Amino acid sequence: MIPAAFEYARASSVEEASSLLNRFGEGAKVLAGGHSLVPLMRLRLAQPKALVDINGIKDLDYVKADGSRLRIGALTRHVTIQRSKVVRDNLPILAEVAGEIGDNQVRNLGTIGGVVAYADAAGDYPTIALMLDADIVTNQRTIPAEDFFQDLFTTPLAPDEIVTEVVFPVASGPHKYIKFRRRLFDWAIVGAAAQKLNGGWRIGLTNVGPTPVRAKAVEDALQKGAKPEEAAEHASDGLEPADDLRANPEYKKHLARVLTRRAIQQAE
Amino acid sequence: MSHKVVTTVNGRRYEHEVEPRLLLVHHLRDNLGLTGTHIGCDTTQCGACTILLDGQAVKSCNLFAVQAEGRSLTTIEGMAKDGQLHPIQQAFWDEHGLQCGYCTPGFIMAAAYLLAENPNPTEDDIRRGFEGNLCRCTGYVNIIKAVQTAARTMGGAEAKPATQAAERRA
Repeated sequence: MIPAAFEYARASSVEEASSLLNRFGEGAKVLAGGHSLVPLMRLRLAQPKALVDINGIKDLDYVKADGSRLRIGALTRHVTIQRSKVVRDNLPILAEVAGEIGDNQVRNLGTIGGVVAYADAAGDYPTIALMLDADIVTNQRTIPAEDFFQDLFTTPLAPDEIVTEVVFPVASGPHKYIKFRRRLFDWAIVGAAAQKLNGGWRIGLTNVGPTPVRAKAVEDALQKGAKPEEAAEHASDGLEPADDLRANPEYKKHLARVLTRRAIQQAE
Repeated sequence: MSHKVVTTVNGRRYEHEVEPRLLLVHHLRDNLGLTGTHIGCDTTQCGACTILLDGQAVKSCNLFAVQAEGRSLTTIEGMAKDGQLHPIQQAFWDEHGLQCGYCTPGFIMAAAYLLAENPNPTEDDIRRGFEGNLCRCTGYVNIIKAVQTAARTMGGAEAKPATQAAERRA
């Protein structure tokens, strides 16, 4: 199907992109990998007035180890994160998550900044960002992940604000992300992540609510010495997942418990 | 407002004025007459429209034509050279790697990318490499055989579509 008409401009710097967003005003959107936006535009569920194409901002495409932090430019494609030795050495769970997104064609274009800014509850990177206390850096400020993912598709980003970088802590210890879905290229029905960090566990869940979820009750139980199968029973505490075409809430809560147990066990 | 788009497709330069909302796949099919690239879905799932954009497999239904400005593209029409099928095309022929054939151009372009990245793929590598391509006839078994055959006949050499070969000659 054919999207509704829109104005189009290419930006070659973040400053230019921001001023273009200002010039176009309300209803302008940033075009990065386009793998969420363009399908919505084709279905006319999204009808932005203008698109600011940031694919030409080459200095947003990088992976840098910086002491105890791993810095990833917003325009870094999933395929780059998947294959990057720097990511594999410093935060291997992120390379594994990147390899589980979409398919080859999607990974060749989709970007980490796009996934984060879109804030889909079924996005995979937001779960890792939230549970590891990553920072979302924009052209205006640095926003901790726990303040960034406010609601379904809702972030504190201003209309002319652009995500430029995601900063994760380095964590190369035991880890596992399990993405449960019917077909390889699908979004997660539920996803569960476990990462050992500074002697404790970080546990995150995908697609069990309007935002990614950090399962602190599971982390606390593990800290107090509970076995993985006992701790994982807390994975569904307080969850209210949405009913959708793929699964009902009870089933998602069941998956949250089962996948959390498996993620912890398989990480060890 | 229309935008000028200059692309190199299968080694040939094209210049058009396009509306921003024109999808790349429609540009290829309607403006360039390259109808070998198929549209199988409206949801970026089926992979029938797969092409190479500067050597990388992408779904041409998910890009706007304006995004291809200055880029080098290879479509299924760029695979055969001098009347000779590309080894991947020949392998699909020999192994009967198609039933109705609708998904075939996308599979062949996805296979070209797969073999360029990994000249000696295992069966599992091939199956994973095709996660973004659907065959409604479910003819996957012969498609995988065809890629294995192509990998052998190409001797583990990278898949070189015609454009890249043409660029090397230039």
